[in-house]
Amino acid sequence: MGNQASRLDELISHDYRHGFYTPMEVDSAPAGLSEDVIRLISAKKNEPDFMLDWRLKAFRHWLTMTEPRWATVRHPPIDYQAIVYYSAPKSRTDGPKSLAEVDPELLRTYEKLGVPLEERELLAGVAVDAVFDSVSVATTFKEKLGELGIIFCSFSEAVQHHPELVRQYLGSVVPYTDNFFATLNSAVFSDGSFCYIPPGVRCPMELSTYFRINAKNTGQFERTLIIADRGAYVSYLEGCTAPMRDENQLHAAVVELVALEGAQIKYSTVQNWYPGDKDGKGGIYNFVTKRGDCREANSKISWTQVETGSAITWKYPSVILQGDNSVGEFHSVALTNHWQQADTGTKMIHLGRNTKSTILSKGISAGHGSNAYRGLVKVAKSAANARNYTQCDSLLLGDRCAAHTFPYIEVKNASARVEHEASTSRIGEDQLFYCQSRGVSAEDAVSLIVSGFCREVFKELPMEFAVEAQKLLGVSLEGSIG
Amino acid sequence: MTTGAREHYLGRFAAHRARLAGASLPWLQRLRDAAIERFAGLGLPTTREEDWKYTNLSALERRLFDVVADGAQFSGFRNDVAERELARHALDDTHRLVFVDGRYAPGLSHVASLPRGAEIGSLAELVATRPEVAAELLDTDPEAEANGLAALNAAFWTDGAYIDLAPGVAIDAPVHLLFVATRMDLASFPRIVVRTGAGAEATVIEHYAGSDDAVYLTDAVTRIDAGAGARVTHVKVQQESRRGFHIAGIHTLQAADSRFASHSFAFGGQLARNDIATRLEAEGCNAKLAGLYVGSGRQHHDHHTCIDHARPRGTSRELYKGVLDDASRAVFNGRVIVRPGAQRTDAQQSNHNLLLSDGAEVNTKPQLEIWADDVQCAHGATVGQLDADRLHYLRARGLDAATARGLLIHAFAADVLRDITHAGLRARLSTLLPGQLPEDMGELECELLPTS
Repeated sequence: MGNQASRLDELISHDYRHGFYTPMEVDSAPAGLSEDVIRLISAKKNEPDFMLDWRLKAFRHWLTMTEPRWATVRHPPIDYQAIVYYSAPKSRTDGPKSLAEVDPELLRTYEKLGVPLEERELLAGVAVDAVFDSVSVATTFKEKLGELGIIFCSFSEAVQHHPELVRQYLGSVVPYTDNFFATLNSAVFSDGSFCYIPPGVRCPMELSTYFRINAKNTGQFERTLIIADRGAYVSYLEGCTAPMRDENQLHAAVVELVALEGAQIKYSTVQNWYPGDKDGKGGIYNFVTKRGDCREANSKISWTQVETGSAITWKYPSVILQGDNSVGEFHSVALTNHWQQADTGTKMIHLGRNTKSTILSKGISAGHGSNAYRGLVKVAKSAANARNYTQCDSLLLGDRCAAHTFPYIEVKNASARVEHEASTSRIGEDQLFYCQSRGVSAEDAVSLIVSGFCREVFKELPMEFAVEAQKLLGVSLEGSIG
Repeated sequence: MTTGAREHYLGRFAAHRARLAGASLPWLQRLRDAAIERFAGLGLPTTREEDWKYTNLSALERRLFDVVADGAQFSGFRNDVAERELARHALDDTHRLVFVDGRYAPGLSHVASLPRGAEIGSLAELVATRPEVAAELLDTDPEAEANGLAALNAAFWTDGAYIDLAPGVAIDAPVHLLFVATRMDLASFPRIVVRTGAGAEATVIEHYAGSDDAVYLTDAVTRIDAGAGARVTHVKVQQESRRGFHIAGIHTLQAADSRFASHSFAFGGQLARNDIATRLEAEGCNAKLAGLYVGSGRQHHDHHTCIDHARPRGTSRELYKGVLDDASRAVFNGRVIVRPGAQRTDAQQSNHNLLLSDGAEVNTKPQLEIWADDVQCAHGATVGQLDADRLHYLRARGLDAATARGLLIHAFAADVLRDITHAGLRARLSTLLPGQLPEDMGELECELLPTS
């Protein structure tokens, strides 16, 4: 068995493949946070007054808050005054009109990541709103989407061109008072994506954003707002990679989804921020607030996430099921290796009648990794006939890792049906033996079993992402998976 | 704010300190002083604490209970009430110790002959007659009593029971500890100590009963030390007055290859909380925790359990079920910890809740914390209501609505009741479930199959 363990160790102690640094000219604010910095961010982005007011309200509220301590994660204290809250690539000033105008250095970065924009444009039909550090530099397929009335642009553009929509929906799902990190984000968010699907429109392509942290010492504060109007449908993809570096970087994003009557939003994430090295040095702190609001009847919001990166992941994509017959889904694979820590899960808040939610969470822990599922299923008095099914399974690949499950179930309506199941086990020796006795090598067998363990979640991902997710797990566990 | 209750109990302690059991023993006074100091620091738990998130003790802050320390003040207990309760709750074929308002009542108790090496009795008497044995039994880790109410018990306990078994001794009949509350506005602090030597066997039934609608507080702490290979079964039956408060902690330490079974039945009280924890301190232990809580009116039942697998090859099974009617509320928090190195642990836990009314509420949190890899752990939790198809099936076969409901509720509870080996107790517990079985049905020998 010892032999087996050391081989496992070998398989999972892998270098981060996306570690490189692109030197670029950067236009940065001084480090630290004050009302002046917020005014600077707002002025740089030429924002209307309501935005500045909102940021300042958030900042003042943030000053009264303390950092949460309840998650099962450990990290040195974060010095919020050492963070640079604004940095934008210089070439942004005149704004690229097409891919040809985009900084070639940047394009090369994407190529190294395996995300050639042109190729995606041609082959996959994916519109990419790439966020390089904090400002959008390339937006594709905009015209095509424009014909259908779909607005898909950077958040700053939305503030300029559609202030009424931003004003109406910003903070309506995650208010600026929500939690420590969301409040910080509300005060200083630099950019992000904005998406509005008009009534009855089915977005013909997967919308996608590549986030990437680059400039040193720059906390990344993205803000994403997606609104699906009555009867609309959209599938949104988010993927992350970040270059290798030693200092911990704070990433505190906020994602808000609003689904109106009969609308559907499918939000998929592959998160592969830099996890720190083998000794737990460096890596991204990923403290994210993601929440969807099924605001009207018959709407549906579905979260799918594959979390393999970050030194610390702290996120709970949630759904507020307000509308009658609305549906919430959460599918997650979280992998922690080396010294990575993940405290992730979801909240399903049932308010409307006949609301349904499904939670499927798969945690994989290896090395010294610590993986916690923390979830809340809440059925309010008003939520007659609410239905929830939760399954969370953990797989352990080493005797120094940890897996925890903290499901909270609160039911205040007798017609509700709530089920929760969880299991924790390591890869079965009998499973390995079965594979090996049929000529499958040990590492292939491990990959096969892990891949089978995650299958139910991967099948929820859009095609391209499913392939990428498989690859990411493959990188973390080596071997060539299927 | 907690100042009210805190000041009150600190004041009572100062007034009674010199008259509490074993006041002449310096080691015991040190324990009590340390405990009251812990209480002074902690106060009563508040909903801001994670472990008390769903159980609000503000009623205990508002209603301050009296504390009675010595026999002279104690004389006012109501014998008639105690005798009536005893008649109602006595069990055949048991060794019985009765405590009235927290104080041992020898006249109501009955202990048949015990095997050599088995000792059962009042803790206060033990402290008075053989303090050196009492010192051993009370030498426990205060860490396990980390909340304010447990500290209050450690400071104020006046009496309770001890069960001390030498290695290899088995008591054939269960030990029935019956705690009867007869007086309004009184707090009682029973303390129970069970020590079983290697290979010893005992079944303890810890039974709380209160009459009418008396408002009082029971704050009990039970410590169980199971020696290597010992088998200890603990049955808790909580039938406090509908307006009584009941707070209890049951803490068990298990030595190698020991088997511990805990059954907790909660029926009474306006607010009842049980903390049941066992630590599998050596290899090869087995723990079984089962419970049933039945709520109606505005009752609040809270069970916090913790199974701590500290060493390899431990097995644990946990099953808790709840039946909640009217505006009752239940909290279940089941924590399973597998410590680093506790390989080959096999832990299974489940919690199922039946809501009979729209006003009822359940908060459940099964919790796994796993720090070892070679383990098999699973938990499950459900909340639902009586299955309409099943009701329809029974009604189509001529059962009236009430009987069909009763039958399904009894079937739901059957697998928790089944493991109670004392037939008389099992039958009596069954009658406390809502919904009557048809008379000719007798005891229900069935269980509900899970719906697909």
